[in-house]
Order: sequence, then structure tokens, then C-alpha cells
Amino acid sequence: MHRNLGMTDDEYQAVTGILDRSPAPAELAMYSVMWSEHCSYKSSRVWLGRFPTTAPWVVVGPGENAGVVDLGDGWLAALRIESHNHPSFVEPYQGAATGVGGILRDIFTMGARPIALWDPIRFGPLDEPRNRYMLKGVVAGIAGYGNAVGVPTLGGEIEFASCYAGNPLVNVMALGLLRREQLVLSAASGEGNIALLLGAATGRDGIGGASILASASFDEESGAKRPSVQIGDPFEEKKLIEACLELYQRGVVVSIQDLGAAGISCAAAECAANGGMGMDVTLDAVHLREPGMTPAEILMSESQERMLAIVRPDDVAEVLALAEKWEIDASAIGTVTTGGTLRVFQEGTLVAAVPAASLTEDAPRYERPRRRPEWLDAVWADAPVLPEHVDVAEALRLLLDDPALGDRSWISEQYDHQLFLNTVVGPGHDGSLLRIKGTDKGLAVSTDGDGLRCRLDPHRGGARIVWEAALNVAVTGARPYAVVDNLNFGNPEKPEVMWQFVEAIEGMAQACQAMEVPVIGGNVSFYNETDGVDIHPTPVVGMLGFCDPMPPFPPRLDRAEEGMAVWLVGPETGSDFAGSAFARVVLGNEGGRPGDVDPEQGRRTIATAIELAGWSPVLHDVSAGGVAVALAEICIRSGVGVTVAEGDWRLLLDESPHRMLAVLPAEADPSGLATRRLGAMGGEALDFGLLGVLPLGEAAAIWRNALPRRLG
Amino acid sequence: MTVAVIVFPGTNCEHDVVHALGVLGCHAELVWHKETDLAGASGVVLPGGFAHGDYLRTGAIARFSPVMTEVARLAELGRPVLGVCNGFQILCEAGLLPGALVANRSLRFICRPVHLRVESTGSVLTAAATIGDVLRIPLNSYQGGFVAPAPDLAALEEEGRVMLRYCDPDGAVTDTANPNGSTGAIAAIANPAGNVAGLMPHPERAVEAILGSSDGAVLLGSFVAAAVAVGVAP
Repeated sequence: MHRNLGMTDDEYQAVTGILDRSPAPAELAMYSVMWSEHCSYKSSRVWLGRFPTTAPWVVVGPGENAGVVDLGDGWLAALRIESHNHPSFVEPYQGAATGVGGILRDIFTMGARPIALWDPIRFGPLDEPRNRYMLKGVVAGIAGYGNAVGVPTLGGEIEFASCYAGNPLVNVMALGLLRREQLVLSAASGEGNIALLLGAATGRDGIGGASILASASFDEESGAKRPSVQIGDPFEEKKLIEACLELYQRGVVVSIQDLGAAGISCAAAECAANGGMGMDVTLDAVHLREPGMTPAEILMSESQERMLAIVRPDDVAEVLALAEKWEIDASAIGTVTTGGTLRVFQEGTLVAAVPAASLTEDAPRYERPRRRPEWLDAVWADAPVLPEHVDVAEALRLLLDDPALGDRSWISEQYDHQLFLNTVVGPGHDGSLLRIKGTDKGLAVSTDGDGLRCRLDPHRGGARIVWEAALNVAVTGARPYAVVDNLNFGNPEKPEVMWQFVEAIEGMAQACQAMEVPVIGGNVSFYNETDGVDIHPTPVVGMLGFCDPMPPFPPRLDRAEEGMAVWLVGPETGSDFAGSAFARVVLGNEGGRPGDVDPEQGRRTIATAIELAGWSPVLHDVSAGGVAVALAEICIRSGVGVTVAEGDWRLLLDESPHRMLAVLPAEADPSGLATRRLGAMGGEALDFGLLGVLPLGEAAAIWRNALPRRLG
Repeated sequence: MTVAVIVFPGTNCEHDVVHALGVLGCHAELVWHKETDLAGASGVVLPGGFAHGDYLRTGAIARFSPVMTEVARLAELGRPVLGVCNGFQILCEAGLLPGALVANRSLRFICRPVHLRVESTGSVLTAAATIGDVLRIPLNSYQGGFVAPAPDLAALEEEGRVMLRYCDPDGAVTDTANPNGSTGAIAAIANPAGNVAGLMPHPERAVEAILGSSDGAVLLGSFVAAAVAVGVAP
């Protein structure tokens, strides 16, 4: 039976050892889920310690539901990232929707009001109907849930590669804001305190989602896993958010935990274990959606929109009255006990009795074997062969039509991205910028991933995405402040995948150290493979930037005007083409070894960005597509052309890191900050002289149509 | 002088409306949908969101919320009543405004700024605006397409009760400038007395330049002026 639940024989023996007997069915169910890869991080935990996690402004680091940082004057921000890759493949709309719901619960569990979402998503090429169906379903699910629950979605990123066709990546990140006195943690304390289950009724949906879906690979039978996907109800969640925030405000909650993977088992075990306590849970009290559920089913159910609150006996009546006001169900299902045992009863019978901490802390840890992939040398040798001459206008016609580089409005316009009146810089820019009303403070956010570069060199690729995310927040005037990461990888039982995993972590960790930014949370998603084919190693970082004060007029892409000058900031190598958009789209090459980062230069560019953000109308990170695409985006968004006098096409299309463009008034002198003047804004074309001329109208039409012409 | 901003379960723009009214110097308070006495309110706003989850049909359940009887009474008294987005949908369902809002013709949610031409100043929404003005204000809806039976449409047009129409940046009403397929490009309407108005775009998202536009201030400012004129003692 344990094998059907995704447990190995050794793990089953370990459970038997802990209990000193064979586990009952409900107990086995609990261990199978809590010890799953998804919940226990058993293959990754030994490596996650490589990340720097401390800084004076870190209030809550990794391990709680969300990381929390101090913004001064009593303000805190909570940040969390998660993946919902496997559920989204099985059922795109509900998979993506419940991903949004889950991440929001992680945020308001901390006492914070969720104020914004980002969704980094990755699919197979759009010429396949199934991939279009996946993208449309995922975007509709994010929009359907996020808009209705009332939390704006400010952006994310998108990538396409054939490795994601059988295993799309749907990551979701949420940001919350709270006052310091509202911070709530999950540790249950106080013998005799009552555990109240709040929110939706418990049903048979999502049973084993964490162990069966999230911790195993896909094959052609995966459609049969659809019952493991949960169904979301944003209206229920909205009521739950408002009810919980009011409970915190009244100070009637000792601690709280959301019910996500492994449902009641996980929430009860974590609440109890984190407080060094035990808990008696009575399953008869759980409000059920359907009769006849077994203890194991009730314990493992991943029905959405539920919270477990620990409340003093005297406060129970007030909490129940508040639940009634917000029209959510509430039932007292447990009592906090001393002794550390989690006991579960049904109809007066003890159906499970396990040490609470054993579910969370005794999970196995594997240091799985690692091996550098043999194919890597051949891939490095297959570097892009650069032509002598390239017509940059012609290259831009192809690049701007690429769905990963073209206008993303088809997606972002389906998301409410303005609710709460905080959005100063919204979708379509390098980073989002939110104001904190009533203060001069601003929060900038960017998510970045680069599957192809990480495949070519996970160490360098991992470092590059961290530096790029940092520059993306810096161009809004914010300094990099905290990182969360979502590590999407293939099957960790393959040594090559584990090698990629550890290399990427090292690269990311070094970048974080070099810029002195702490990692405050993360998530690992393994087993992203279908029919034995692993995805590109795809770590995704979420970078939080902070500025106080916020620039009065933060730079935007649409503020360039006729007569202004364009400056390049950062190094010019003209040689970084491995993994570039030019190599992939124009040359059809996906090989070579990408260039490394330069921490010294990285810090300098970030400092320059923050300084220029105070007075530059436009600042734009140079990334995919190089200077040429960055310029095109500024021109299209601002409705004005540009003339660039440049003799070497390589300088316009390579992707060496730590660079940005600044558009400044003609008379401004940024000497000491900028590398050199590239040209002047004006006219009706992207005019590269001898390297080609692309009419602005044509560029705009290609760019705007890149997604719509494929998606309809 | 206090404006009541009604909160149904699932409403989500209530804090934004209170904030925007505050920017315009008007005090507003959140009122739960089970309230049955709004006598002290000099005006009422039904904000955007997903009242009762938009289940069954947008506004279809909200119209039965206890507070709606009182909203209808205040409307009858001539006090300013404004419905924004979901609030507009609720006013239509409640019969305080004609017509209904159906799914966008693209069958996709739309969140982006649109241009609106002022068609009439005969309402609490547009009294301070100028006919022909073009305003840039965010739209944020899935069911934003205005429809109405032919006699209602004719009455709206003949009585000058269409307040705003979708247009291009130059003020031309064209099919491509109509974001959701609204009949007659109608974005906002009012009742015959002009004290009850509804619109799909969100003026509260456009009262501060740092958020991209302050064109909504003239609309909410009209509403505030009407509420001040009511002069109910707090």
C-alpha cells in the first residue's frame, strides 16, 4: 500500500521504527504526504543551506509560510513563491487558479494583506495546439482567480521551449504588506487552546496532490490524475482573507496555518511541532462536503480555501461570530496538548497517534548522486557561428515577432493590475513598482528565469538571473532587498539533474552574496519530466527591491521624447551570444557556453541605475535581444524613433550582463555613469545606418502581434 | 457630510473608492451590505468587485442584499448614487438603471486604460465635465458590454442619458475604440433625474497622476459636489 502512496520501502521501515509498530492506514497516509518530496524537500534540503539568509532587515527567513522583511516605520513586507506545475499540466485553468489561491493563503497566514501577484510561466512552442490550449487555460485561471479574489497581478515572465510542452511551468509569487504588530506565526502554544478549521468544507478533491502529482513524473497515463487536482473558489478565499485580517486586528488568534499540501495532516502537525506541542484532532467535527469519507481521506484532502486557527477558549465565541459575519464556516476540530503527540479520533476511536515533530522533522534527507552531463561538452562546442554582416533591421523583424520577446499585453490585460491604487509601474516594464500609501516608500519587484542559459551552464545561468532581477528593480530606483527562489528541475533521481540543481544553487547563492541580498524563502519543484525527458533546469528568482523615498517620477519605457539622447551604461563585449535571443531566433542555435557574471561590474551598474532613476525619464535593462530589442521597446512604447551610429552589429545584439540603456535630455552629461552615447531619439524609424533601417510603425505592428497572431 | 461605500462579500474596490474620495477631500465610510439605514449618507457608491462571487449572474444576488432597499429609497429621494463596474451591474440588476452588462466580445477580461468622450453633463457623474472632453480612465471587467432593449436604448439616447462613450484618443467613436462591444459604445448612463449613474470604467483609479492619469477626478468630483449639495448632517 505504501508504494501506491509514493513511499519507498526504506521510508516505510523508518515510519515503523518511529512508531515501533506498523502504521495504521491514516498514519501511513499522513507520513506519505508529509514525507513527499513536495512537502519535505528531502532531496534538496542539504543544498538549500548554501543560500545566504540573514541580513539586519530580515524579520522572518526561510521555513515559515513566507519570508518577511522590515521596511522601517513599522512596515513589513511578506514575500513567497510557489509552483503549480503538475496540477496545471493536468488541468490548466484549475491548476493555475489554485496556485494563486495557495500562495495568497501563505501571505495572509503571516498577518499580511496580499497586495500583488506575479506569474512566471513557461510552455511548449505555440505552433502546437495543445500548448496554446495550455497557455490560454493557465492565463484564464490566473485571471479568473486573481481578479475575483481581489489581488492585482502585476506581471511575471514567459518563456517557450519544447521541453516545457510535456511539463509547463506555472510559478506564482505573492507580496503582502503588514504592520509589525500584525505579524502572526504558525507555532501553536497554550495547552487547551482550540484549533478552529475555517473556510470551505472538506471534500475528496486533491487527495494526494502533493505526493502523487507534485512528487512524481508524468507519462501518458497522467490524465487519470485529474481527480488529484483541486478546484478553487476565489469568492470563498476573498471572504477568508477579510475574515482572517479582521481576526488578527482584534488579536483573537494565537497562531494560524493555511491548509495546502497534505491538508489537515500538515497544518495540524506544523502548528503543533513548531510550538513544541501536541494536538488532539476530532475528525467528526470537520465540516465535510460529502458523507462517508475515511479518516485518511479527510486528513489528506487538499480542498482549497481552508485555514487552521489556534484560539484561546475564551475567544472562540468571538471568532465564530466573526466567521458568521463573513459567511464562512468554522468548526472546532482540535485541542492543543502537551507531550508532542498528534492524535486523531473518529467516532471516539483513535485512528492515528504519531509524534507531531516526526512528520515534519524526521523526514528522510537524501544526498543524491550528482554527475556532470556527458552531453554538455558537445553542447558547448556547438557555439553560435557569427556571420560577418548582419542586417539589424532584418534581425529585429524576427526578434520582435518572437512570442517571448513581443508585447505581452495579450496576457497582462487579462489581469487586474491596478487594484489597491499602488501600481506606479505596472506590466510591460523591467520591474513593477508599488507605492506604500501614506509613506514615501516604494517596493519594486521582478521575476526572472532563463531555462536555456541554465541548461548551457546552470552555475552561470543561475548567477545571471539573480543579477538581472536585481538590475530590473534597480532601474525603478529601488535597491535589491530580498530574494525568493523557485527551483524547477527534472527528476532528482538522475545524477545529471542533481548536478544541475547544485550548480544552479551555487551560482545563485554567489550572486546573492556578492550583492548582499538575503534569500528569505523558496520552493523546490522536482520531477518536471514527461516520458523520461527532463525540462531545462529552470530556477526562477523573485527579487524584492526597496526605495525610501521613491523617485518622484520613476523611469518608464514610454517617456522618451524627440531630441533626447540614448546612453549605454555598462560593459560592451560584443561577444556574449551563447543562449542569446539572436542565436536562438535568428541563427537557430541553442549551444555554446554563456558568459559569466562580473560581480564588481554588477554592483556598479546597479548603483548607477539607482542614481539615474532619480532623474532619467527612461531606464531599461538590456537583456534578451540585446541593445537592439531594448531600443525597439523604448521606441515603440514612446512612439518615437531613434538614430544610432554603430558600425558593429555585434554590439547591438549580444547579451553580456550588467547593462542598461538610459534616455536622457540632450543637454544632460552622465559622464562617469554612462559608457557612451549611442544616438538620439527622433524620427519615424529605428535607424541603424549601414546596419539597416526599420520603420517604427512596422516594428510596432510586429511586436504587438507576436502573441495575438498565434493565440487569436 | 459622509458618503456610504457599500461592501458586499466579494466587493474589492471599496478601499480604493474611499481613498480616491479622500484625495478629493470627501469623507467616506464602508457600509456592510446588511445595513438597513443609510439616512445619514449624503451619497452612496456601489464599488467594483465580485459581489457574492458574481455567482448566478453579476449583481443578481447582490440586488437582494438588505442594503439595496435603502439604496433604492435614497435614489428616490434624489441623493447621488453611483455604481462603478460591478456596482453598475448591480444597479442594472436592481432596476435602478436600465439595461444589462454582458461578457466582452473578446470573451477575455480587459484591464487597460480606455478613452471616454463626455456626452452629457446631466448627471451626478458628469456635471463638472465638459461635453466633448476626452478622458483616459482604466477599464477592468469581463462583463462590460452594455446592452438594453430597443425602447430603453432609444429613451437613453433621446433623453440625453448616455453620459460617456468609448472613443479613440481624439474623441472619435469607432468600432475599434469600443473595447467590449457595448451597444452604441455606451460606457456610462444615468436615470432620468440624473442622480443615479453607473459606469464600467474605474474613475477611482485615475485621480492621481503618479498612477497614470488624473482624468477620473472630474467624474468623482462631480459626484462629491452633488453629495455636498445634499448636505445631510453627519
